[in-house]
Amino acid sequence: MNTLVADKIVKKFSNHLALDNVSIEVPQGSVFGLLGPNGAGKTTLIRIINQITAPDSGHVFFNGERLSSKHIAQIGYLPEERGLYKKMSVGEQSLYLCQLKGMSKKDALIGLKHWFEKFEIQSWWDKKVEELSKGMQQKVQFITTVLHKPELLIFDEPFSGFDPINANLLKNEILELSRNGATIIFSTHNMSSVEEICSHIALINKSQKILDGDIDIVREKHSSKIYELEYTGFFNKLETTLTSDYKILDFKETTSGGAIKIEVLNDQMTSNDLLKRMMQYGTISSFRKNLPSMNDIFIKVVGDTNSVTE
Amino acid sequence: MNKIGLIIKREYSTRVKKKTFIIMTILGPILFAAMMIAPVILMQMESDDYKKIAVIDEARMFDNALKNTEYIDFEFVSDKYFDSATSTYNLTQAKADLKESDYYALLYIPHTAVQTNRGAVQLISYQQPNMGLKMHIANGIEKRIEDIKLSTKADDLGITQQDVDEILMVVNTNINVVTTTLDEKGGEKESSTEIAMIIGYICGFLIYMFVFMYGSQVMRGVIEEKSNRIIEVIVSSVKPFQLMMGKIVGVALVGLTQFVLWVVLTIGLVSIGQSILLKDYKMSEISQNTMSMGSQLDESGNPQDEDAMKFEEMFRAVYSVDYVTVISLFLFYFLGGYLLYAAMFAVVGSAVDNETDTQQFMLPITIPLVLGIIVMVSAINNPSGSLAYWFSIIPFTSPIVMMVRIPFGVPFTDLFISMASLVVSFVFMTWFAAKIYRVGILMYGKKVNYKELWKWFKYRN
Repeated sequence: MNTLVADKIVKKFSNHLALDNVSIEVPQGSVFGLLGPNGAGKTTLIRIINQITAPDSGHVFFNGERLSSKHIAQIGYLPEERGLYKKMSVGEQSLYLCQLKGMSKKDALIGLKHWFEKFEIQSWWDKKVEELSKGMQQKVQFITTVLHKPELLIFDEPFSGFDPINANLLKNEILELSRNGATIIFSTHNMSSVEEICSHIALINKSQKILDGDIDIVREKHSSKIYELEYTGFFNKLETTLTSDYKILDFKETTSGGAIKIEVLNDQMTSNDLLKRMMQYGTISSFRKNLPSMNDIFIKVVGDTNSVTE
Repeated sequence: MNKIGLIIKREYSTRVKKKTFIIMTILGPILFAAMMIAPVILMQMESDDYKKIAVIDEARMFDNALKNTEYIDFEFVSDKYFDSATSTYNLTQAKADLKESDYYALLYIPHTAVQTNRGAVQLISYQQPNMGLKMHIANGIEKRIEDIKLSTKADDLGITQQDVDEILMVVNTNINVVTTTLDEKGGEKESSTEIAMIIGYICGFLIYMFVFMYGSQVMRGVIEEKSNRIIEVIVSSVKPFQLMMGKIVGVALVGLTQFVLWVVLTIGLVSIGQSILLKDYKMSEISQNTMSMGSQLDESGNPQDEDAMKFEEMFRAVYSVDYVTVISLFLFYFLGGYLLYAAMFAVVGSAVDNETDTQQFMLPITIPLVLGIIVMVSAINNPSGSLAYWFSIIPFTSPIVMMVRIPFGVPFTDLFISMASLVVSFVFMTWFAAKIYRVGILMYGKKVNYKELWKWFKYRN
């Protein structure tokens, strides 16, 4: 079951195409990474999902229904460009933002009390926003984004402006929300955080989706059959005994054994074939397929599509 | 709708809690009340001040002409300074004595005053004497001289003093033009051109001021949301149109609150000021006071002096104005004008990133408003002329210009066309503005011009 489906979205601004037939499927309970370089169209897509702008063609479905204003209360959105009213007090403002999402004043107060206690920021309630640091403001924004317990949460570059400690706190909160059943769309440039928390991704470049799916499958698909082995025993003169199907990329020898990095050049051969072959030479203590990092995939895929279009 | 209600509430409550609003709301009425009470207090203070005046009367004929009042005593010191050796009066000595004495001033009436008409009478003092005193003295002396001249002439012609008095009674004429306007149903109503002018001016100016003040508050609010970057959070919960309307209506309520508070507080302050500062002084007594200060009662006992009549007439005129109509139309044009311009102000706010960039878009707002004020000034002299007519129909200037015409009475059809076109145009302007606004609020760092705004207007959703 997909919480959100965007189907063939096209959005054109006066002189450029922001989204060209982009479709994504966000499975329920997933942490969905929306990736892409600056200006690729991520924010436009997120704005369409939030009904801030409407697509020129294509449709968005929320739990199978056509997206409409009644779904606003089920979506929580933390934009990249975010801020608060500087002159308003933290409490009043949080209450206002929650009520705009359709919460009753009573529910909002109960929820706010809970979250303020959790973040240990009760003392901020009467402070004006301008008295808070940027990181503190971000916490308040985070609370007002998630407080109405939306089914779908959208975070656009959530970690920008956070120090490492607070970024970690935020990451853990996002993961907890995910464990509690929320579906999360997560837009970022930070690829290491994608590997850590995303279960699915879509990569948008130059207004087009160029890659999507389960993150493990994506990484598997982009792995180039490189394996790492550790062994004990003697792999003497390996270069001369291995056939042309294999290529040694790296070789380290210790007193008792060594570590080796091998690329399998023959597409027909599987990891088992490699293992069988290597077992003849000694005792294998670890064997691992080397998966590319999301960073590598990002650079490679974006680089490829850019060179094609240029 | 519920969400618009929330927005209106926020816009309203954050603004009325602001220090500037509270200060303005308190200072305004104090200023207005001071403007209304101050002249009365000043007048009272002047007359309260007891003055003793030394008089050297060379001709010795003004003893009875200068009457003592509650605050002014005349003492005739002619004998003291009469030098029998030269048969002249020692004015130099009198002047020198003035400093040490408790006299406020020295009044010198040379005997030539009776022959030559003006300028011969001198009032010598260390402080500038007030108008009331000067008028009192001048009137007294004039009256006496007139009487002397009259009786001299009467003697020449051989008629008695009684005849003279009779002639004067017959001749005394007082023409007073009372303006009366007819309404459609044939009813009559006394009116005053002056009062209508004053009310028209005040209303027109207030509308101009309010539209500018609260319109730019809308603009600043939009810029604030944009530069705070809270806008994207808000528009993910509500439609941009709701946000814009909520802001416009919220600020309008702030304006109405301020206006009502001003009116109530001003009336309150004026009545408190009257009861405390002026004790049992009432406007009518003040008028009598001015009257007795300014001129003498008619000898025949006719108290209806010219000034008093004017005063009474003015009061009648002030009360004759149909305040219910004026105030309700004022509120209508205030709201209509504000709504029309607030939408334009909102567009300007949405198009720029900070307040310094607003300048280039302010022209289409400022020009019609200033034009309205200019036309208002000339329309007040000719409220039913074609200039006043057209500018009170055109919605951009009608709130200001029509307010000037209303106290003079406006035909129902004119009023209807003007009001209807105002409503139609603010509805259209709001729709037009909303289309630009919803694009503008999400645009950052772009150099925007009118062409760009037009492009935004044509965007779909």
